[in-house]
Amino acid sequence: MSMTMTQKILAKHAGLDQVVPGQLIEAKLDLVLGNDVTTPPAIDVFEKTNATQVFDSAKVALVPDHFTPNKDIKSAEHCMKMRRFAKAFNIENYYEIGDPQMGVEHVVLPENGLIAPGDAIIGADSHTCTYGALGAFATGVGSTDLACAMATGQTWFRVPEAIKIVLTGSLQGHVTGKDLILYIIGMIGVDGALYQSMEFAGPGVASLSMSDRLTICNMAIEAGGKNGIFPVDEKTLAYLQKYAAERYAAERYQVFAADEDAEYARVIEIKLDDVQLQVAFPHLPENTKVLGEFERVDIDQVVIGSCTNGRLEDLRLAASIFKGHKVKKGIRCIVLPGSQRVWKEALKEGILEVFADSECVISAATCGPCLGGHMGILAKGERCVSTTNRNFVGRMGHPESEVYLAGVPVAVASAVLGYIGGPDDLNK
Amino acid sequence: MNAKGKVFKYGANVDTDVIIPARYLNTSDPKELAKHCMEDIDATFVDRVQDGDIIVAGPNFGCGSSREHAPVAIKASGISCVIAPSFARIFFRNAINMGLPIMESKEASERIGNGDEVEVDFDTGEIKDLSTGEVFTAKPFPEFIRKIIEADGLVGYIAEKAKS
Ligand code: SF4
Repeated sequence: MSMTMTQKILAKHAGLDQVVPGQLIEAKLDLVLGNDVTTPPAIDVFEKTNATQVFDSAKVALVPDHFTPNKDIKSAEHCMKMRRFAKAFNIENYYEIGDPQMGVEHVVLPENGLIAPGDAIIGADSHTCTYGALGAFATGVGSTDLACAMATGQTWFRVPEAIKIVLTGSLQGHVTGKDLILYIIGMIGVDGALYQSMEFAGPGVASLSMSDRLTICNMAIEAGGKNGIFPVDEKTLAYLQKYAAERYAAERYQVFAADEDAEYARVIEIKLDDVQLQVAFPHLPENTKVLGEFERVDIDQVVIGSCTNGRLEDLRLAASIFKGHKVKKGIRCIVLPGSQRVWKEALKEGILEVFADSECVISAATCGPCLGGHMGILAKGERCVSTTNRNFVGRMGHPESEVYLAGVPVAVASAVLGYIGGPDDLNK
Repeated sequence: MNAKGKVFKYGANVDTDVIIPARYLNTSDPKELAKHCMEDIDATFVDRVQDGDIIVAGPNFGCGSSREHAPVAIKASGISCVIAPSFARIFFRNAINMGLPIMESKEASERIGNGDEVEVDFDTGEIKDLSTGEVFTAKPFPEFIRKIIEADGLVGYIAEKAKS
């Protein structure tokens, strides 16, 4: 029987020739990830497994990004617990803030060369699905799964069915990958891909940058998906060559492609040229509207960054639109570079200066206000346009605050305008 | 491996908040959690449930939060198996990781009645309604899942593996 891309990767890691949807399998993992929220409880579980070491100290990544720089005593203690564990077990990929390899987990893992095509990865963070952009299988799990996987290097999966999303043409104007994924979530709903893989295909894939693909896979979970995955092409390999030079040179990766006649639960066709600028209204990512097709929404804050849109390409794009404009008086605009590397590159390219001239505040390369942690929390009734991935009730602060999700161009334009708008509104 | 008991029947989309309300999440002691299991959907459940009993419910059982407390509470209440046409993804994982057997069967879910005596064979996937004589088949668990459940959950399974 023929298989989808995800099914092939899972079969390989389970040592099977063939898997079918619904099958329960035990698979070997190439990488296991935890952060400062999910790792401390996993450490308690790990201790109960009788394990005396982690399965491979090079294949565990622990990233203290959610409440760092430590927000309060409790988060400081969580981070301490994680730091001690990392030291005790010689975890190679444990980073401290300021480290050139540090940043938001889903931005740094690909940049640090830890992801390659064909890998099977779990992370105790729902946005672990980001890595599908590189043709890997990656999905989010809980703390017990993280603990057991750190001990054994394996986990169990139920083999998912897939939705095939066939892309043609190319995105136009200021429309980005973020708009595409919001458009898809708006179309299929927040449970539209429940249990399933979202497999992207078609000639339109080639036109999407790696940064767009990472943004798109990042939000597969917002449609309920188990994972998102892109086919491997020249752009993927060029990315690998740049960030995972050693693995690339040694050819320590494997390219899987879906069979021509693989079965899909559903096929969706999208002409990229038709996708317009999107805004997801509170309080679900599926509440999407096309920019320009709603009444004026005044705002208080803009956040640019996160694991969804905090890459160098995102900051470059933001700076190019900000240039010559200032954040509207009375509005706050917070820029969070996704990683220390992005921060430094942005500094070198003069991008940070553009932000400063535009009167944005530039924050540390961590999660910050994205999950309502700290450094930009909203008060009751406040509205924020954000390039992050979730706008649930209370996600960025008070339960009666509101988050509007958008791509970088809309976020920048809204910061300048003081209400939700696009770059074309800036010169009116 | 078998389970046998009386059925508690519920509808579709039984969520983690009714399985174990958030107000009781300040403990992770299974016995304490079990005292409030299903409280918001069936206040008499905890008084009536006996060891070995079975929950039969509608689709999307366990939707909502990722709390591992939900399957823990059900298991600690004495329930030996949950049967439903489908389970929410994270609940599905958590149930197996906590060692709570779950079986997917649309027919069984539709045809088994409240209070029926039911017997489940995890090795074959056979679900027998002893009250009506009807037999249904769900997919049996592969061996490693049976081992996880026998070891009382993923942690026990791994601890046992580490010993051998
Ligand atoms: S940036 Fe936001 S979504 Fe991404 S890992 Fe951090 S908190 Fe989660």
